[in-house]
Amino acid sequence: MVRSLLSGNEAVAQGAWEAGAKIGVGYPGTPSTETLQRFSTLPGVYAEWAPNEKVALEVAAGASLGGVRSLATMKHVGLNVAADPLFTLAYTGVGAGLVILVADDPGMHSSQNEQDSHNYAAFARVPMLDPADSAEALAFAREAFDISEHFDIPVLVRSTVRVSHSKSLVEPESRPMIREQSSYAKDPMKWVMMPGMAKLRRLDLDRRLLELEGFAEDTELNREELRDLAVGIVCAGAVYQHVREGLPHASTLKLGMTFPLPARRLRAFAEQVETLYVVEEADAYLARSVRSLGIAVEPLPALPVAGELTPGSIRRAFGLPEPVVRERGASLPPRPPLMCPGCPHRPVFNALRKMRAVVTGDIGCYTLGALKPLAAMDTCVCMGASVGMAHGAELAHGFGGRPIVAVIGDSTFAHSGITGLVNTVYNGGVGTIAVLDNRITAMTGHQGNPLNGITLQERPSHEVDLVALVKTLGVNRVRVVDPHDLDACATALAEETAADELSVIVFRAPCALIVRSAADPYAVDEDACTKCGVCIRLGCPAIGKDEATSGAFIDTSICVGCGQCAQVCKFSAIVHTGPSCDFQGADLR
Amino acid sequence: MSFTTVMLCGVGGQGTILAADLLARVAAASGLEVKLSEVHGMSQRGGSVDTVVKFGDAVFSPVTDPGMVDHLVAFEILEAARNVHFVKPGGRLLVNPAAIRPLPVLTGDLAMPHGLRAVLAGEGAIFIDADELACEAGSPKSSNVVLMGALSLRLGFDVDVWEQVITARVPAKTVEANLVAFSLGRAACERGECAL
Repeated sequence: MVRSLLSGNEAVAQGAWEAGAKIGVGYPGTPSTETLQRFSTLPGVYAEWAPNEKVALEVAAGASLGGVRSLATMKHVGLNVAADPLFTLAYTGVGAGLVILVADDPGMHSSQNEQDSHNYAAFARVPMLDPADSAEALAFAREAFDISEHFDIPVLVRSTVRVSHSKSLVEPESRPMIREQSSYAKDPMKWVMMPGMAKLRRLDLDRRLLELEGFAEDTELNREELRDLAVGIVCAGAVYQHVREGLPHASTLKLGMTFPLPARRLRAFAEQVETLYVVEEADAYLARSVRSLGIAVEPLPALPVAGELTPGSIRRAFGLPEPVVRERGASLPPRPPLMCPGCPHRPVFNALRKMRAVVTGDIGCYTLGALKPLAAMDTCVCMGASVGMAHGAELAHGFGGRPIVAVIGDSTFAHSGITGLVNTVYNGGVGTIAVLDNRITAMTGHQGNPLNGITLQERPSHEVDLVALVKTLGVNRVRVVDPHDLDACATALAEETAADELSVIVFRAPCALIVRSAADPYAVDEDACTKCGVCIRLGCPAIGKDEATSGAFIDTSICVGCGQCAQVCKFSAIVHTGPSCDFQGADLR
Repeated sequence: MSFTTVMLCGVGGQGTILAADLLARVAAASGLEVKLSEVHGMSQRGGSVDTVVKFGDAVFSPVTDPGMVDHLVAFEILEAARNVHFVKPGGRLLVNPAAIRPLPVLTGDLAMPHGLRAVLAGEGAIFIDADELACEAGSPKSSNVVLMGALSLRLGFDVDVWEQVITARVPAKTVEANLVAFSLGRAACERGECAL
């Protein structure tokens, strides 16, 4: 057997494929994205990006109804969007196996919250598997399809960033299981969840959960490892790995299935060890659940309640000796993420800052517009929130007459901005919505979306006409602006926010990472530079303030020649120069 | 349970992820267990990034803690200073001395700290001019592989295995430059460590 180095995401895709899954649907979101990307490259599968996670799960459910094993993928906050179908799919159950990969982000490396998806499993009452590394991600994803079919229920496979984005060795099969597609038989008592049928399916769900509880007591997904019996630890997922490294002698009950829990095995383990602890990150789902079974769990007050755990933080919580650590240097300037040189989002935020707009923001690369020096975003809550919040802000009249602008990306608009806009039109709102259409879903690594018509497996597609769509919804004032033209940006925003009517401005220019500018880099003419700092306030990583002279300088090795800075300079001090080979500094692309 | 921990730190876009992947594949091809942990998404847009590779006869956690890293490879000098406390006493610290000013410094809100090189030298850093060596190798983007060459000197893996992995993993037209970059980095480290 050949060993391959796969990420947890790639391993889930491989496991689903080995289980005979043939349809995969998802919406990109860190840390889940590579799961569906990998799945889409495996032989004999159909895979597509949906505009949002709710649609993705519904497509997967339809495929399951049609007898094909199906995989839906999303990040933790995506499961909020998909929660509606999830809760009722627990009642209906499945046709062929239906598995949902949900990737949590404790520590919030790339997310707006660190909700623990375990709670969804218990809330929706669907089983959840928790792989701890890539080998388990592959094996658990495979088994999830069998569980789904055997117990007639969708199965959640929960990953976290340290499973999804860790690579470890797996032994993949070279061909998938051969499954015969079952023939469809109409069954409204199972699939039509009107009250009369739902009441019966609710009772049937109770029956299926009882069977699943029995399965949890027997399955090898859960594993007792008895070592020193003084300390027993209940844990799951990547946290198990941290526990094994931090406390190598402790006994563990490693839960591969975190809902439903194996009550009998938990009690037996608790009886075998002197003191029982639960170690988990970002929430206390497991501790609450174990305690609710009447099992005493010793508290760990020194264990961090927020953020990720590490072997070291677990050792510290148990009062073990600390390693010798070098002194940390004096305070260092932080290095926040930033918009790339040539990013088309930058001029829009530059204009919004100058007009002192109240900006309701959204989720994507452009959320970086909230950071200094642009600092031109007031809110970021969830996908699509910018549009609804802008309407609510207009209604509140609480901003001293400042213009209110919603800023949302192309993919985010397709995800859940459209319904917000329908609401504003329907209720006679008069705000301004800026759609930053950079022709791609950029932050997650350049996926297609309905507004650029690029599909996951490069099938022929239909690009949604954004302008026609917005007009059809009833917005009369719609204009398309090239954001690289700074005057046009400022004019459009000034005119549209002044208009006493709802307006949509589509700022359209491709992401700087997909169109490599062929233009020569710019440089600063030191004699002409008045050190006013206007260009520096664009927040481009290619421009900085010279510590010695206080004038501006341009790092020609990363400047892409977009010319945004040349447009803001009133003194013509930013000029074209020839190509350069200066290897100071990195190519940020 | 014995394993070696390597941390690669730098700035999003510098190629730390590819470098970590090369190292992990070399360890795997040498018959060891290996885990690699990286972070995607928001921080990849020019922010601080770090990647951890652990290899040995058994590896559990893919992440590490301050005071636990055997080899720190810093792709940029400010990131070296930011992460030096991860290196265990007696651990190895390889630093590309090139500086990439973060945005708060570029805008003049904060100053770049002075004397980083001396501080890091005091911590036992070996400086590898990776950007210059990458140019010398014929590809400015191969500085990550220069640093892997420097790292390789004390890891004990066969140079043949490194060369096979690099050849298989980098774009075909850059194989030659990357192999040269690897050997230049390894030689530079040899000179640097001899100088200590």
